[in-house]
Amino acid sequence: MSKLDSKIPAGPLKDKWKNHKDHMNLVAPNNRDKIDIIVVGTGLAGGSAAATLAEQGYNVKAFCYQDSPRRAHSIAAQGGINAAKNYQGDGDSTYRLFYDTIKGGDYRAREANVYRLAEVSANIIDQCVAQGVPFGREYGGQLDNRSFGGVQVKRTFYAKGQTGQQLLLGAYSAMSRQIGKGRIKMYNRHEMMELVIVDGKARGIIARNLVTGELERHSAHAVVIASGGYGNVYFLSTNAMGSNVSAAWKIHKKGAYFANPCYVQIHPTCIPVHGTQQSKLTLMSESLRNSGRIWVPKKLEDAVAIREGKLRPENIKEEDRDYYLERRYPAFGNLVPRDVASRAAKERCDAGFGIENNDTKEGVYLDFSTEIMKKGKEAAIERHIHNPTEQQIYDLGKNWVEEKYGNLFQMYEKITADDPYKTPMKIYPAVHYTMGGVWVDYNLQSTIPGCFVIGEANFSDHGANRLGASALMQGLADGYFVLPYTIADYLSADIRTGAIPTNSAPFEQAEKEIKEKVDFFINNKGTHSVDHFHKKLGHIMWNKVGMGRTPEGLEEAIREIEEVRNDFWKNVRVPGDKEGMNTELEKAFRVADFLELGQLMAIDALKRNESCGGHFREDHSTPDGEAERDDVNYKYVAAWEYQGKDINQEVMHKEELIYENIEVKTRSYK
Amino acid sequence: MSSKKGLHLTLKIWRQKNNKSKGQFETYKISDVSTDSSFLEMLDILNENLINDGKEPVAFDHDCREGICGMCSLYINGRAHGPDTGITTCQLHMRTFKDGETIVIEPWRSAAFPVIKDLIVDRSAFDRVMAAGGFVSVNTSGNTLDANAIPVPKEDADKAMDAAACIGCGACVASCKNGSAMLFVGAKISQFALLPQGRIEAKRRVLNMVKAMDEEGFGNCSNTGACEVECPKGISLDNIARMNREYMAAFIDKG
Repeated sequence: MSKLDSKIPAGPLKDKWKNHKDHMNLVAPNNRDKIDIIVVGTGLAGGSAAATLAEQGYNVKAFCYQDSPRRAHSIAAQGGINAAKNYQGDGDSTYRLFYDTIKGGDYRAREANVYRLAEVSANIIDQCVAQGVPFGREYGGQLDNRSFGGVQVKRTFYAKGQTGQQLLLGAYSAMSRQIGKGRIKMYNRHEMMELVIVDGKARGIIARNLVTGELERHSAHAVVIASGGYGNVYFLSTNAMGSNVSAAWKIHKKGAYFANPCYVQIHPTCIPVHGTQQSKLTLMSESLRNSGRIWVPKKLEDAVAIREGKLRPENIKEEDRDYYLERRYPAFGNLVPRDVASRAAKERCDAGFGIENNDTKEGVYLDFSTEIMKKGKEAAIERHIHNPTEQQIYDLGKNWVEEKYGNLFQMYEKITADDPYKTPMKIYPAVHYTMGGVWVDYNLQSTIPGCFVIGEANFSDHGANRLGASALMQGLADGYFVLPYTIADYLSADIRTGAIPTNSAPFEQAEKEIKEKVDFFINNKGTHSVDHFHKKLGHIMWNKVGMGRTPEGLEEAIREIEEVRNDFWKNVRVPGDKEGMNTELEKAFRVADFLELGQLMAIDALKRNESCGGHFREDHSTPDGEAERDDVNYKYVAAWEYQGKDINQEVMHKEELIYENIEVKTRSYK
Repeated sequence: MSSKKGLHLTLKIWRQKNNKSKGQFETYKISDVSTDSSFLEMLDILNENLINDGKEPVAFDHDCREGICGMCSLYINGRAHGPDTGITTCQLHMRTFKDGETIVIEPWRSAAFPVIKDLIVDRSAFDRVMAAGGFVSVNTSGNTLDANAIPVPKEDADKAMDAAACIGCGACVASCKNGSAMLFVGAKISQFALLPQGRIEAKRRVLNMVKAMDEEGFGNCSNTGACEVECPKGISLDNIARMNREYMAAFIDKG
């Protein structure tokens, strides 16, 4: 029997969240210190949840693998955070943000969840401003906004190119306040190794102290997983090197369903791969697409000459450039959503027009020359400079671009040694955000009672594709404004339970299993490093479960991943000891989980016979190369149930998606 | 694949098993390093070689590799985050180095940042200073004023943003001959002092954070300015001056 009850409250869409809050059980303030909560991960979702739960009076234990919660990968988000404030008076509203997000998600998200997200988005901005987050301002002192891909209003709030950093530091500040008061006990450099279930409820975790190597038992009345996404399955991605799926995968193996693993967002504007020694890909903020025009050479011989270094992009005449996004999608142009922009880049590169001099010949141009001249002319008029010279216009325009995106341009130059003011940036899509994750109900609870999952780690409110500037929104909405209410409803039954002992059989058993795995890795006399296997997995994933997927490719991927996984368990070499710090041992545990999840991603992708947002099946596309969705057969969430070691045996459960408030349409940006 | 010729380098790296054992420099040779690689990718290659030779890899801190998380550190040829300015180690690229060069790699050097292993140090002192007052005391209920009800002059917001750009990597402490954390603390004090939201408890904040900073064993500022030079985010010494002014005002007020 399926356990999939989404628990969406009854009543009209716009009143659901309010009504639900009005009728949920509460834990009285004097009872909250009888309750312990574990939060795993301290990014935007986990950090904001830990701070808020501690403020409310619960005892919070927070865990992160980094040396400080301030380093969680949310910090790297650049562009901004959406909120339906309508400060710009351009027609924005809760409904419109809801609509854009559902549409951008290719109609594969829950109406009620997305509406709630849009509803609380305005509170997030108020909250962050109150915390002292230095958002961009107008000269009159009011907040400034910019626009992002996939929408036609300006609703994105930003703090230079460092929005994620500033929002995370806001959450970290709120946490710091509670750590100082002793309300949060912070465990830095700790990794969750296993979830402990007692009498059917999540009651604690086994954590490994990454400095001493000791295994620790931690109990609680509820466990919140906020461990982020799984993009590092691909080895090369824009995720931080330590970002991993382990916490989410561990609870999956203990009974939590894993939903829509095939939905991976490929971000269109990253710096292309330079060579085989590369460890990591770097994102160039999507906000650059506001000012940059994307193109490749129109003539094949020009593309070849560029790759061979015989021709510079500046020397290609305007009429010989193919601004392919403006050509294909006149209504949205360079601001089409991420999946559309990514696929269009792949299409041009597959056709031979890529510009990067490497073995993949991948890469397109993001060109600022038009914007520099346009803004330069505007600035000249503003400054009453009559008949300005080309150079004057260029200098004024360059100043404008510098003020808006200076740090990104500098970053690009440091990495590539190219000056993007003089020559167009080279960009190519890369794995960025994962829209799949642990299945949760409206209360953000997984199919394991007492185990909640928030932020990128859950299967998210964004469906198949995610629009820019909405991940930060979901992380903070879940952590500050949703979970603290819904978890109270669950915990209200636990005020007489008392502290959970850690000497019970489930804790003993969980610790024993981890100990055995540690011993296996340390004692296995293997031949290859952990990275060797991770890179092999990444290669299969990118080529066969990447931007374009075919049934044949996916079947091959499933077989090949299994081979790599078998090889890993025979031949992995982990040097060093189990005591003390051992970074290779940390990686070994994470890659073991990536190998299992990778296979499930391919299985999920094979099962979904349609193209949908971040999942593009080449055998389900229109004659002009656009995605072909199948709403009759696939308008559901695929939630997978673990059945033991053989990943091929996982059972899929369906949550049908019901749209009562909006009409499901073909997504078009033409 | 880049067709450029790779670099051959000699690396002198600080190896230390844990915070109780004595450390020493070890010398390693490495070849065919692409000039397009980052410094940390060069260390990845070294580690891959070490593992293949049955040795323990060099432990170093790193995470986002985009210059923003503040996790990476490394003293390279006597400078925090290496010879280039305005960047973290993860953004340092090998084209900065010459073929045949010897590179000396050490962990952050400061009593307040004890070594955990090899090149990894413990920077949790920063977290404790933050817990002493690096926040605005507002609950995260969402029941606050509308964001535009708190107007902030653009100049102040921009300056607050410049201060808030600190990534807490600790290069300032490591570069300072006194092991002072005043650039880090000054940046946080400035961010809040410049904004109306942070003004209300500014005095309490600066007194508490400075006290915590001293208790952690960070030294004092003697205006040498090494911190500013080595700061990957260009945090200005003005922040230390502002912190001193805030501190004096709060101290006199308290006295």
